[in-house]
Amino acid sequence: MKTINFEQLQEELYYEKLPNGLSVYILPKNGFNKTYATFTTKYGSIDNHFMPPDKDEFIKVPDGIAHFLEHKLFEKEDGDVFQQFSRQGASANAFTSFTRTAYLFSSTSNVEENLETLLDFVQTPYFTEQTVEKEKGIIAQEIRMYDDNPDWRLYYGIIENLYENHPVKIDIAGTVESISQITKDMLYECYKTFYHPGNMLLFIVGPVEPEKIIARVKNNQAKKSFQQQPEIIRKFPTEKSEAHEKKKVTAMNVNTPKCLFGIKALDPYQKGQEMLKKELSINVLLDMLLGKSSQNYETLYNEGLIDDTFSFDYTQEYGFGFAIIGGDTKAPDLLEKRIRDILLTAAENKIFSDRELERTVKKRIGFFLRALNSPEFIANQFTRYAFNDMNLFDVVPVLGTIKIEDIHQICDEFLNEDRFSAFQIVPKQAN
Amino acid sequence: MAVISENVRDMKGYKLHLINTGKYKTNTLVWKMKAPINAENVTLRALLPYVLQSSSKKYPSTALLRSYLDDLYGAVFYVDLAKKGEYHVISMIIEVANEKFLTDSTPLLKKAVEFLAEILTNPNTDGNAFNRETVEQEKRTLKQRIQSVFDDKMKYSNFRLIEEMCKDEPYALNVHGRIEDVDSITPEALYEYYQQAINEDELDLYIIGDIDEEETASIVDEEFHFQSRTPKKTGTGRVKIGEVQEIQEVQDIRQGKLNIGFRTNILYGEPDYFPLQVLNGIYGGFSHSKLFINVREKNSLAYYAASRLESHKGLMIVMSGIDSKNYQQAVDIIKEQMEAMKKGDFSDEELAQTKAVIKNQLLETMDTARGTIEILYHNVVAGKNISVDEWLTRVDETTKEDIEKAAAKIQLDTIYFLTGAEAGKQ
Repeated sequence: MKTINFEQLQEELYYEKLPNGLSVYILPKNGFNKTYATFTTKYGSIDNHFMPPDKDEFIKVPDGIAHFLEHKLFEKEDGDVFQQFSRQGASANAFTSFTRTAYLFSSTSNVEENLETLLDFVQTPYFTEQTVEKEKGIIAQEIRMYDDNPDWRLYYGIIENLYENHPVKIDIAGTVESISQITKDMLYECYKTFYHPGNMLLFIVGPVEPEKIIARVKNNQAKKSFQQQPEIIRKFPTEKSEAHEKKKVTAMNVNTPKCLFGIKALDPYQKGQEMLKKELSINVLLDMLLGKSSQNYETLYNEGLIDDTFSFDYTQEYGFGFAIIGGDTKAPDLLEKRIRDILLTAAENKIFSDRELERTVKKRIGFFLRALNSPEFIANQFTRYAFNDMNLFDVVPVLGTIKIEDIHQICDEFLNEDRFSAFQIVPKQAN
Repeated sequence: MAVISENVRDMKGYKLHLINTGKYKTNTLVWKMKAPINAENVTLRALLPYVLQSSSKKYPSTALLRSYLDDLYGAVFYVDLAKKGEYHVISMIIEVANEKFLTDSTPLLKKAVEFLAEILTNPNTDGNAFNRETVEQEKRTLKQRIQSVFDDKMKYSNFRLIEEMCKDEPYALNVHGRIEDVDSITPEALYEYYQQAINEDELDLYIIGDIDEEETASIVDEEFHFQSRTPKKTGTGRVKIGEVQEIQEVQDIRQGKLNIGFRTNILYGEPDYFPLQVLNGIYGGFSHSKLFINVREKNSLAYYAASRLESHKGLMIVMSGIDSKNYQQAVDIIKEQMEAMKKGDFSDEELAQTKAVIKNQLLETMDTARGTIEILYHNVVAGKNISVDEWLTRVDETTKEDIEKAAAKIQLDTIYFLTGAEAGKQ
């Protein structure tokens, strides 16, 4: 087992890659009651077109299948796994994102038993026609719940505007129609392709002894046999660099209109440090332009165009990325225009002081330290970073390398009107 | 060893709660102001903290105030409102990095205490009224905040249940105030209320992190001093209920939202309170609970089906999202499962599982600074002194008989259903 020491942060990370390909990370956190563990596969809603390991042609699977599979792994022949976790005093959960499916538990006792339960249930699929059918009703209700949630609709709305072909535009849960096509055989095919230990990462954070934990994990994995698996071949459609749609408006049963402004990433194909620096720099730029201490924020707030729901973020994965800016507003068209003007003016004039940059970097460092209080943040973000060949603990040093010139370059490349789009939700007219 | 040690000191007009722990990379300060909630004060209380947080004498604009916080390594500062039983609680929260983890050695905790004192005691006023523009902006935002509950249908249906169920009780008030009262609030009236709240509210300051207790207490003592007071108390909020109310409301939505309110007739800290916690856990608190198993897993009616307690008001709320056509079936299952609880129809395994996860949940909550403070603050609200260790022991000691005794007190009060346009007609 290797150790990596992050002195300033006073953290020590343990790492080992097991013979079956599984990457295991352990971060001891003394003083905490809880241990939090995630077992994550690099497989999400965008991976809908791929070559299964035992076939020589590509297959396409229904929208929402990764999320469906996540639900179904909890059910076993002798009941559902939640029961076992509760007996062991743990709370378990899972989530599916565009690029990952994570299974997790947290517990303050029986940590090693819970860890084995986590590994075993994810590595023992059990799907039958009957249980697959039963799940369709439950997931249909999950989809309906999101259908009624305007913030969720807004978020997917802007992504659909930005992307024409890339599967990031597909709702993670799929549609009631698409999930109705899912069969147990399709689930097994996806499982075989994406749940090999070589495509997975186990992260454990909490008051644990790393040596004991790794021994338990190794022992558990040694009992199971996995065939060597070649690299997974996924297929993605080509995507233009401009935004697909410039604007869309949807009416919903709400009082207050909402507006999200989106910017499509240019050339989202970096990995490692290069990607980390790009992601952080864009967020620093947005913070300087629209953060609570900016003049723009104060003006928009004083004009009544934004309220405390206003937020912004840039996120990138290999193959896609976007910034989203916005929130509730009484005047969505005007807010959209103002954000556009702020961004284009910034791109044109590039008036940023070193003082402003320094303050924003400080702020981001503080936020990062605060996030490190959360075992959930550490495990989930570390995994996301690792799947992109980045290291979460590089955030502070990389923030320190951002220069005004980097910000200028981001302005030139990123703030381009062709890649802007807006999505609004407006109140339905009473009839 | 105790799970947590809280050092409580009587200060000038407030209590200081210090919790020393090395597990965080930040220090957290939470200032709490509590008063009985009523129709006259609720809108003023909902507006006040937002006006206070937007500027002060020293930082007369939001941009200046926020720039200062950014310079303190992105100190996070926000306000939060809550109803705890028949009380309205204002919280002002600051989280600041611990300089130990930085290459810079600015004393950030001291600066955060000074900043909080500036916000609370040196507001942006002319001595008679708050800054007029700030008040107008915050009134506008407040109206939006009050209206926004309508847009989130899960929140809305819960809000409507409480509104119907507690019709003639202060608890029915929206924590963000009454929209019809916002316009008439003047900067003078708000300033007057500010002085009243500072002089009469029950005040508590929590500081949690890797701190030197004596040094912290002396910094705080220097910055905060108010006149002494006897905090106002409310009644228990207990009411007698008559027949079960059934209310349906139609809106243009895709999924029906079912919210059911029970009166537990048991408040935080009472002998039946810990059995009630276990009861709620077996019934609907977790993913091994009866509601999850019967509404979701066995009948595929819902994605979520859960119950939770309002500890200081004595309520248990069940919520689920269902197809409107399944309304009666879902209601029947939820009622049947409550009957099962009353008859003691649950296994030793369900009891043991639930105790284990409740203890786990409590200990996990203690891993977050905010969670720890919220748990400790229960004692302030209820005027009790129950340690976390006692809480854990009492959950552990709960027997089947204790749960049946608590269950006997639970009464169904109101069934509220927000349904899609065509449904509801059966």
